Amino acid sequence: MSRTAIVTLALLCLLLAGTAIASVGLGAVTISPSRILMVLRAALTRDPALDAAHDALILLDIRIPRTLLGFLVGAALAMSGALLQGLFRNPLADPGLIGVSAGAALAAAAAIVLGDRWIPGLLDGPWAVVVLPLAAFGGGLAATSILYGLATRDGRTSVALLLLAGVALGALTGAATGLLVYLSDDRQLRDLTFWSLGSLGGATWGKVAAAAVLILPVLVIVPFLARSLNALALGEADAYYLGVPVQRTKRIMIGLVALAVGSSVALAGPIAFIGIVVPHLLRLTAGADHRIVLPASALLGGSLLVGADILARTLAAPAEVPIGILTAAIGAPFFLWLLLTRAQDIGA
Amino acid sequence: MISRSVHRALILLFGLLPITFASAATPADVNRVVVLGGSITEIIYALHREERIAALDTTSLFPPSALKDKPNVGYVRSISAEGVLSLRPDLILSIDGAGPPDALMLIRQTGVAFVTIPDDPTPDGIHRKIDAIGKALGDESGAAALDRDVAAGFASLAVLRTRIEKPRRVLFVLSLQNGRSMVGGRHTSADGMIRLAGSVNAADDIDGYKPITDEAIVAAAPDVILTMQNDRHALSADTVFAMPAYAATPAAKTRSLVSLDGLLLLGFGPRTPEAATTLIRALYPDLAPAP
Repeated sequence: MSRTAIVTLALLCLLLAGTAIASVGLGAVTISPSRILMVLRAALTRDPALDAAHDALILLDIRIPRTLLGFLVGAALAMSGALLQGLFRNPLADPGLIGVSAGAALAAAAAIVLGDRWIPGLLDGPWAVVVLPLAAFGGGLAATSILYGLATRDGRTSVALLLLAGVALGALTGAATGLLVYLSDDRQLRDLTFWSLGSLGGATWGKVAAAAVLILPVLVIVPFLARSLNALALGEADAYYLGVPVQRTKRIMIGLVALAVGSSVALAGPIAFIGIVVPHLLRLTAGADHRIVLPASALLGGSLLVGADILARTLAAPAEVPIGILTAAIGAPFFLWLLLTRAQDIGA
Repeated sequence: MISRSVHRALILLFGLLPITFASAATPADVNRVVVLGGSITEIIYALHREERIAALDTTSLFPPSALKDKPNVGYVRSISAEGVLSLRPDLILSIDGAGPPDALMLIRQTGVAFVTIPDDPTPDGIHRKIDAIGKALGDESGAAALDRDVAAGFASLAVLRTRIEKPRRVLFVLSLQNGRSMVGGRHTSADGMIRLAGSVNAADDIDGYKPITDEAIVAAAPDVILTMQNDRHALSADTVFAMPAYAATPAAKTRSLVSLDGLLLLGFGPRTPEAATTLIRALYPDLAPAP
């Protein structure tokens, strides 16, 4: 690994640590740094007095899970973005493109609007916390499988076909979601609207555990695909002659992205722009080597989302700004700037 | 560090253990109430217990001073758990339908007293709201007095209603954007209000607030168009009846358009008898005076 790479990764680790400390330290409730340390020490020794302490509950049951979920979701989105951009050899590829987000959104909308109608109380009872994530995850996986099936002929997956079918499926799921919006009453409509903006507000240890099981393995496995991605950058035929089992690699990559993005949409709603902005920032500063871009994307994506979340929950405290508004407000102008400055790279 | 919480969260996640939430304070000494839902705020002010409100949500538009005097925790359906807890509430009064569920679950987990108030756009629903709030605040006698006032209001409303000879068909228009009408069908608070005003909802073959076609407006044949008025803006009869769909309705012939304060009209709180009375007076200007 080059020196720039090591410096970049080291700096990103520092950034991660910094946002983690800020995220645990800042919030609507003021908790002094010494008190935080005290609570953490008491939590380690399982001090029973802790269960009654107000600020300890906020710290241990709200803020820390929220920070961890933010890191995992941000890392999953950014790394998936980097992986897809490498796989499609298209700098504009985004996890939203392969239908994961659209499928997840449709299934979540169905759960919100139809779930309550078919099974009364579905979204109010103890299962409420599990129903929406499960539906979103299932929807994301289903959409990805359908697309993959459409784009695969005789065992070969056409990336161009995958992208175009993704556009078609996006339109179709969009229409179906629109139909559900039409069918929904005004309460469901508001649920849909807020869900579609994404939020880390519902972070619990249960969700962190789910994210750890579903997302962490992806974050660990994906960097091992860096060499194959670097080879794919030369073209599929060249990659094949370099010894990359192209078809199998593509299948594995799409599966991993579906898993990571489907899980993150299920746990935090669709949060846009992290997946497209972060890998670009890194390629601009640290070069195009996927051995650096992939792990660095996870580090920066996690830090960025946690940073945006700190803003989301402190700007208007005690109220909360939906995080999707913040990531879009930061991401969309950056994306435009990227389009204008790098127009020739993307063939425009 | 986290194992205890993880364990608890996993139990919660898989629903293996019913969890009871300890009530932290008795009703009489709750002094920091966080209110999620405008009609709850309205009732607490009607009970003169507003000094106990520590914070409220952005739908708490009546009385208008409420949002100016109290910190707000944002929109009732996008509440932040830590934001609410930062106000150190000893009671949270939440309208049925507040959310998101995850945030409410986190708040309840901390053991703060949490009461969900049912929300139903009927006179009975208003009584249930008042009773639940009175009980939670330890002010049953105040709530009973308010109940009596509201019941008296509904009683005189019922008398007024009997004097309506020919119920008029009323179409509630929620919005007119780009010439597209959104109207209030069955199971809406607008429908409840039209019924309270002794009238017929012209859009009662529609469920909820829905966009409606121009032809359906003509077919609905409303005698009166009912719209909401807010601080800055009310639809004028000129605008509405200039649209071809509305020009072809019976309402256009008499240029009957009623515009009332949105919150008063749809809020379903203690002011509802007053709102329905106002609406009857507006819909039936020739109603015979009381004998």
